[in-house]
Amino acid sequence: MKKLLLSVILLIAAISYKGKGQTDLGRITGNFQVDAQSYKEDTSIGAQKVDEEVRANAFLNLIYTKDKFSAGIRYETYLKEILGFDSRWAGPNGNGIGGIPFRYARYTDDLFELTAGNFYEQIGTGMIFRSYEERGLGLDNALDGVKLKLYPANGLRITGMIGRQRSFFDYGPGLVRALDVDVNATQIINEYLKGDNGTGVQDWQLSLGGGLSSKFQKDPGGEFILPQNVMAWSGRFNLVAGEFSLQGEYATKCNDPTSVNILNNPNALNYNKGQGLFLSGAYSTAGLGVSLSYKTVDNMDYRSDRNSTLTNLVMNFLPALTKQYTYRLLTLYPYATQPNGEVALQGDIQYTFEKGSALGGTYGTNINFNYSLAKATDTVRNVNDIHLYDIKFGAFGQRKYFEDINIEIQKKWDKNIKTNFGYMNQYYNKEVAEGRPGYGIVKSQVAVAEISYRISSTNTIRMEVQHLWAKHIAVDELGNELKDANGNSVKPTLDRNNGDWAYMLLEYSIAPSWFFSIFDEYNYGNENADWRTHYYNANIVYNTGATRVQLGYGKVRGGILCVGGVCRFVPASNGFSVSVSSSF
Amino acid sequence: MKHLVLLCIIAFTSMSFMVSGDETVKPVLPSANVKKITGESVNTSTLHNGGKPIFVSFWATWCKPCIQELASIAENYDEWKQTGVKVIAVSIDDARNEAKVAPFVKGRRWEFDVLMDPNGDFRRAMNVNAVPHSFLIDGNGKIISQHNSYAQGDEEKLLEEIKKLTSGTEGAK
Repeated sequence: MKKLLLSVILLIAAISYKGKGQTDLGRITGNFQVDAQSYKEDTSIGAQKVDEEVRANAFLNLIYTKDKFSAGIRYETYLKEILGFDSRWAGPNGNGIGGIPFRYARYTDDLFELTAGNFYEQIGTGMIFRSYEERGLGLDNALDGVKLKLYPANGLRITGMIGRQRSFFDYGPGLVRALDVDVNATQIINEYLKGDNGTGVQDWQLSLGGGLSSKFQKDPGGEFILPQNVMAWSGRFNLVAGEFSLQGEYATKCNDPTSVNILNNPNALNYNKGQGLFLSGAYSTAGLGVSLSYKTVDNMDYRSDRNSTLTNLVMNFLPALTKQYTYRLLTLYPYATQPNGEVALQGDIQYTFEKGSALGGTYGTNINFNYSLAKATDTVRNVNDIHLYDIKFGAFGQRKYFEDINIEIQKKWDKNIKTNFGYMNQYYNKEVAEGRPGYGIVKSQVAVAEISYRISSTNTIRMEVQHLWAKHIAVDELGNELKDANGNSVKPTLDRNNGDWAYMLLEYSIAPSWFFSIFDEYNYGNENADWRTHYYNANIVYNTGATRVQLGYGKVRGGILCVGGVCRFVPASNGFSVSVSSSF
Repeated sequence: MKHLVLLCIIAFTSMSFMVSGDETVKPVLPSANVKKITGESVNTSTLHNGGKPIFVSFWATWCKPCIQELASIAENYDEWKQTGVKVIAVSIDDARNEAKVAPFVKGRRWEFDVLMDPNGDFRRAMNVNAVPHSFLIDGNGKIISQHNSYAQGDEEKLLEEIKKLTSGTEGAK
């Protein structure tokens, strides 16, 4: 009823605005998107029959703003959920559902900002708290409650919030509380201690922060005492001095046995505390950018419901410290952080050969070199208590989860021709990353070549060619290759996508509105000859202003889809797709 | 069913607003807290260019079309600067890539302003669903045009539009 009331208020505001065309009544902006997909059974790719044959997801956001006041609602519907989304999106009876699960009102003043209703927020890098949405994954853990931000002085921000987390069209059972203090030390020193350039103060930017978050969930009772209030806290800094920068965050979490860190195994109930550390340094100057990052997490899966799984009711954000790719074949073996324990590092170099130099040519040449590594933590089971383990915090364990060494070179040859070449060499521990023992590891190499040729001022043709070579290797606990008694390699379990792949895309664009593309992904190296399948796709996109219409047809391979470091499984499908989005 | 009816009402109202809304009244930049690449907080409602146009482009380090668009602007940035337009590239990278934004921008010799919106506050306030999504805002803070894709050649049309805007031959329509 309250939702309806808010909607009516917004509508009245919109209508009166529309009627009078005056700004003093405020304004309404918004956006919407409709994604519909048809499904046809296709045994050649493992696409299963979908009884409804056509399914659609849609949302509409409306934001009303008047001076310092704003309010918004989002209508969402899943009729039924597009394949790959959690089936709980279809509502309690599984028939499809729609509603307004997101609504808020906000008042912003110079000294404070108050939000009532749903909101997104994060503390630091998100290790102890982040509520956010990834629409492409069907992830939305917005809080419903109140949030107050205070700005008592320039450079000082205090944020407090309390609420319950969204779980599909309902809320989780846990209560979430969080507090954060952010201090821009440079700004405060400059303003209150009269620092100036003469003291060198302004050449440095130092910000410090500290936060805590906590959840409450009743202990249902039983053999083990489960903590009802679980707190996490973190401290962070960010220092920028000329061309150098350094940032870090340390986080820790009280013990919290959950379904993810082996709550359901009474013999291994995990009563360890959690810890996380992130450190990153960078050097940036014209034409050269270098960054080196290190991250470790230990038992940091943090949820407002100890029984939830997958991406439901997650309270924090632990993205992978690896390069994020959009090239199609590189989405076959994506890696996501192992929240129960991981040590990772990443180095990244951006270098641009200057225009006019031998390697830069007329337009300059950009090279990106990147290396990332993720391994297990170094832990042993505590000899005195089976519910604890000992960890050498921060130290690399033996088992390798992921490794990627890659280079990309982008060059514009003349006014009309641009190219991008890339090579990636990866180690992917499928057993760990996908939680599927017996599937071994995948060692892959990927080559990518992309060329675009501009035919006229508005017409461009672009071609992308990719190839992936993959070796599937059965391994033991430490990652050593498994051999049988005769010394022959043991074959790992393989899923439908395996072996070598080739990919080619052709795209023709007419700026600013039209895109026509076709591509084919061909799993020609599949060990099973029946699964050497072409996954062909065709798409037409029309854009005008902020409206986009996309029509497509094709076969989509099953696999893991990752956005922003969070992944979900998407089953294979064959059919038409329509997507319409607009902002206004 | 009641939700569906509500959706229809909302959609209808919004559509009628879109189609026949008063042309002379366009939204101004909403208030949201973002960060400079040096870490200082900036409220987006304070962004201005002394009465001249601003071009705001939402992008991410992993978004190829975004990078192509910004690289093509960087390539002809001298010409862009001559028009008086201010270019602001808003990175929506989250904690996964946030630390890489500054080296990325400097390493590519991009000279325009870059802001970071890791929590998506500005993105949501501007109704950005996906990147690339860019806005041309006139000197009065009104959105003149927006675009949510990039095809080669877009930047030239955009520059023409900016030149018309700054030369005064075409005001905020």
